Amino acid sequence: MQRKKECVAMLLAGGQGSRLYALTNNIAKPAVPFGGKYRIIDFPLSNCINSGIDTVGVLTQYEPLELNEYVGNGQPWDLDRAFGGVHILSPYQAKKKSSWFEGTANAIYQNMSFMRKYNPDYVLILSGDHIYKMDYAKMLATHKKTGAACTIAAIEVPIEEASRFGILNVKDDGSIYQFEEKPKIPKSNLASMGIYIFTADKLFSYLEADEKNPSSSKDFGKDVLPAMLNAGEKMYSYIFKGYWKDVGTISSLWESNMDLLGAEPVFDVADPDWKIHSRSALAPPVYVGNTGKVVNSLMAPGCEIDGLVERSVLSCNVVVEKGAVVRDSVIMANTVIKAGATVNYSIVDENVVIEAATVGEERSKATGIAVLGAGIKIGAGANVKGGAMLDSDVKGE
Amino acid sequence: MANSTLGIIFSNIQEKNIPELSKRRTMASIPFAGRYRLVDFALSNMVNAGITAVGISTKSNYQSLIDHLGSGKDWDLARKGGGIILLPPYSNDMEKPYTTRLEALMAVSGFLASRREEYVVIYDCDGVARMDIADMLRFHEENDADITMAYSEQKSIDAHYYITLDTDKKSRVKHINITPKLNGKTKVNLYINVMIIKREYLLDLMQRALEHGHTSFSRDILAKNVEDMRIFGYKFNGYYAAIDSLQGYYKHSMEQLDKKVRDELYGARDIYTKVGDSAPTRYLEGAVVNNSLIADGCTIEGTVENSILFRGVKVGKGSVIKNSVVMQKTIIGSNVKLDAVITDKNVVISDRRTLSGCAELPYFIAKGTML
Repeated sequence: MQRKKECVAMLLAGGQGSRLYALTNNIAKPAVPFGGKYRIIDFPLSNCINSGIDTVGVLTQYEPLELNEYVGNGQPWDLDRAFGGVHILSPYQAKKKSSWFEGTANAIYQNMSFMRKYNPDYVLILSGDHIYKMDYAKMLATHKKTGAACTIAAIEVPIEEASRFGILNVKDDGSIYQFEEKPKIPKSNLASMGIYIFTADKLFSYLEADEKNPSSSKDFGKDVLPAMLNAGEKMYSYIFKGYWKDVGTISSLWESNMDLLGAEPVFDVADPDWKIHSRSALAPPVYVGNTGKVVNSLMAPGCEIDGLVERSVLSCNVVVEKGAVVRDSVIMANTVIKAGATVNYSIVDENVVIEAATVGEERSKATGIAVLGAGIKIGAGANVKGGAMLDSDVKGE
Repeated sequence: MANSTLGIIFSNIQEKNIPELSKRRTMASIPFAGRYRLVDFALSNMVNAGITAVGISTKSNYQSLIDHLGSGKDWDLARKGGGIILLPPYSNDMEKPYTTRLEALMAVSGFLASRREEYVVIYDCDGVARMDIADMLRFHEENDADITMAYSEQKSIDAHYYITLDTDKKSRVKHINITPKLNGKTKVNLYINVMIIKREYLLDLMQRALEHGHTSFSRDILAKNVEDMRIFGYKFNGYYAAIDSLQGYYKHSMEQLDKKVRDELYGARDIYTKVGDSAPTRYLEGAVVNNSLIADGCTIEGTVENSILFRGVKVGKGSVIKNSVVMQKTIIGSNVKLDAVITDKNVVISDRRTLSGCAELPYFIAKGTML
């Protein structure tokens, strides 16, 4: 008998994340740091292992180096397995043809042989740009119960925001009768989360058909799902209740980081029943000095704080010198904020050096979030306005 | 050369010095500096010198050590034909588990004989230092030494049993003193329980000791034959913290708040330890933290001053923690006052308790105590 896995997950991690501007200049969106010691991809990977899914293909295309290194052999997520585990799937050269992944459906199609190796009954499709904790096993149980060809996870959004999402129109039993991509006048507030479970045979045959269709844009949302619905396949919604945030924009990434703060955070990453695993950096504990003050913040190991940190999230090894002020900001690993610097309402990427400069504006008065890309230097006396997006050095005054 | 060097760590030796912390764990697994265990320093120093095979001798209470070490991957020591090799105690009706160094060595003689490395680094876990073992190996070879013993200049020592070395200008050890009286003012060359020796030479010494019915490695073998053997003293100039008493543990823990000490030990980020999945620490409204080291997974709502908090500690509202070492998962309620306290793992302190010790006599709360 052939060894098999009941459910294989395919994680679409190839997107550029262009709306994150400088933050994704050199890395794929799922590799963007989040919440002090995580990266976005930790959430779907942790959800997989916590849901009992131990076979995950991670499809990469845009700037995959850092993501590949981060995922590695999958050990931090307990996804280093003799049969199964996590595998990075890059576009490859084949005997007959070779091509980049063209759309989400084509990316999965090109890795059909990977999925077939595990002879799965079901395939779970995930994207790498959301922050959430979800038990996919419950969704799979619903999928089996309804006997659907495809189950789509959906979340209720405020109706006034519904026109920003792919909307599912469903009957009372949860079966889907219509999709509407960003409808002007939405009929429902059920937004697709971009999480699909397919019965494997159905997925494979519709992917093959889609591949042969010259007019298809080879996208799940635009092509494959409508084709299945038109053909009369059983498609169901699965309503997810809980925290779910698309962190594909600067403001949503900032908000989601801030959701981790407080005595009862909106989103709890320290939940002992649903651990978020990550590849942790090796660093000593945080040191807060005599002149340091840390209020309502989250901090990863290796930070040295002699200045003021308020309502902020700091990744590993960040230095905040005496007299420096950091408020309402997300600061990524190894960044140094020198004496006299003030950082307000900003996202600062890794390895940035801020001399005695002003970065961003007070949140209540700011026009937008200031973003500093990785590795840049902000000279003493410089003034980076709120909403500025920088990916090169700024000289001091 | 490092490839032809085997590490041997004695995880239980020296634990008589600090019974409070080694009652339920090995010396090697005593927590230190917020996120490390003493064995991390020994292992990291070896790994950073290119050593890829380390035998770890255990005698008792080694569950926490096994849990900490796992497969060895956190030290890059999950290796084929090497890596971490746990050496559990061997005993039967005839032989009890070891009590002396010589017996401890005898207990691993089979392992020593089975290896092919030329040198052995013998390392106890009773000190904290970032040490260049590769340099010590070079020193050993340059001197064509039989044995090289590392020493640090110290004025006092709390240990029950210790060794000081008298060396000549060429670093040759002329005399080995066993537990001499120290006046606390004059510096002595304190042997820091790190030794390099040729593996086959060590096996010969052990065989001879067996034949002569010797019981002490340092007294009967080293001290008595110091004239005949080429024993050299390797002076270690860096920061050395002897974990030789609870007071010593406390004093050296507090030294970790000194930036110079931290930079030397952890600046290069090459002291490895087990990495867990704790979330970053949350500092809430009302948190005041000064001159303190705070590990992952803590939630702080009170005041923390001149203290070290290990993983997963909770400090409630209105509580003031001063000059204290608070180990993993200690839960401190609200309006608690601690001064010069060491809490072991999983201690729970209820609201409004006030506990204090002093630097000479820190107040120690044993593992799992509820107060």
